[in-house]
Amino acid sequence: MNRAVVVFGLLLAIALPLSLLAGRVWLWPDATPNAAIILAELRLPRALLAVIVGAGLGAAGAAMQGYLRNPLADPGLFGIAPGAALGAVVALWFGYTTSAWLLPLFALLGAGGAMALLAAIAGRTGGIALFTLAGLMVASLAGALTALAISMAPNAFAMSEIVLWLNGALTDRSWREVTLAAPLVGLGVLLLWRTGKPLDALTLGEPVARSLGVNTGALLWMLTAGIGLTVGASVAVAGIIGFVGLIVPHLVRPFTDSRPSQLIVPSALAGALLVLVADSAVRVLPFVTELRLGIALSLLGAPFFLWLLIRMRRGLA
Amino acid sequence: MMLAAHNLSIGDRLHDVSLALEPGQIIAICGPNGAGKSTLLEALAGLLPPENGAIDLGDSNLATLHPRERAQRIGYLPQAHEIAWDVPVRSLIELGRMPHGDTRAEPVEAAIAALDLGPLENRRAQSLSGGETARVLLARVLAGEPAWILADEPLAALDIGHQLALLRHLRDAADQGAGVVLVLHDLAHAMNCADRVIVLNEGRLAADGEPHAALDVSTLQSVWKIDARWIRADDKRALIAR
Repeated sequence: MNRAVVVFGLLLAIALPLSLLAGRVWLWPDATPNAAIILAELRLPRALLAVIVGAGLGAAGAAMQGYLRNPLADPGLFGIAPGAALGAVVALWFGYTTSAWLLPLFALLGAGGAMALLAAIAGRTGGIALFTLAGLMVASLAGALTALAISMAPNAFAMSEIVLWLNGALTDRSWREVTLAAPLVGLGVLLLWRTGKPLDALTLGEPVARSLGVNTGALLWMLTAGIGLTVGASVAVAGIIGFVGLIVPHLVRPFTDSRPSQLIVPSALAGALLVLVADSAVRVLPFVTELRLGIALSLLGAPFFLWLLIRMRRGLA
Repeated sequence: MMLAAHNLSIGDRLHDVSLALEPGQIIAICGPNGAGKSTLLEALAGLLPPENGAIDLGDSNLATLHPRERAQRIGYLPQAHEIAWDVPVRSLIELGRMPHGDTRAEPVEAAIAALDLGPLENRRAQSLSGGETARVLLARVLAGEPAWILADEPLAALDIGHQLALLRHLRDAADQGAGVVLVLHDLAHAMNCADRVIVLNEGRLAADGEPHAALDVSTLQSVWKIDARWIRADDKRALIAR
């Protein structure tokens, strides 16, 4: 087991119980009235959902950076997150939110649609460059359609619902979302973990990986399915939560020997930790309305990433 | 185990090339830019499927061989020395064991010893110089104990000392029974170090044989369009172009 698994596993084990107590109202199991109900029905599912969503996004980011051999790659590049968001926006646009299952279902359909479109464009044998470009185009198409849906929203309420939802949050989530996301993200992380060895070979470039017996076509599809499941399910239950997939591998890499295979599981743990801590923080911050998790992570993520870039530049100089 | 191409054609890059390569030799593929050298090497490595014709490795057709079996028998070293992440040198060399599904220490240690990489074993990839990187990447190929070593311009970007050292390592591998196929631009190295030279021109076989025959003055004239001659000193030859 590598050092990163121990470090981030331990931190997660400490953060999880603490996050259950944290909130606008701090929970003291002995003193707070209805503490058991608040814990069981509100805080525990929300904390678990943060762990599930974060784990999926973290693992997807690590695998994506390994595949594209680029530390600036993000799972959003494949267009799966924007596709899922578009699906959810369609559900909100038509007011299909009366049934709690419909919105996540539409989001998953959107993620599946983005994957199918990628397959149609990039084909079975498409190389990394073609696939990335196809992903970018799917992402911009989904983004444009989402913007269109917002601008043509049937009423102001639907518009504000869409915009709010796009900003990502774990507010008012229940066990329903947990049971929906957990198996999908679990399967996705398992698929991404299985891409580890081929991703190690890809460190030396695609021709060498193929000469070492890696089936690059199969690798691409395992990766797409893994990212589709983790990111699609995350967007379906939490909306767009950016930066996790981009940042987390950078937090983990110093604790490993930088091989992509050594990054995927610790990145799942670190992603879980990051989203859990961020979601606890937005609950505790004394704002009139709760800060949206997606916004908070972007506010945190962008400066962090700038700092990282400056440090990298110093390292290169 | 023979590596043989039969009437191999790929797009407009290779036309009707037939070759039978024997193990235990260093075979150089030479030719001007765009002659199809890298294409031929990639096809022989099983990375580029033939459009017409076939490649046989021993008794098997390369195209129908399972990628993993092919990878156990053919080690391929591309021209680009790409290492995406700052991984430990030893883990790079161990990648050579991937087709075998193990990280057996013995062949990895043997490759490290053969290329004198002991002092670099615990370094990180991105701290290596160009010459060190070339040795590490060759060690990765050797660790897989392939029957065939196919390298695309392995001497490019190396100084003369490192070029000769790398050629010595490849000679050792050939002496131990491996087939070594190199794409070489430096005709003097091909002349002095190879057992056999294959000259390609515009995707076709222009000459094939012992170095002094395949690289004779008339071939240099007809293929490279140069007026040149070989001069001899000790048991080596140098190329003088006019």
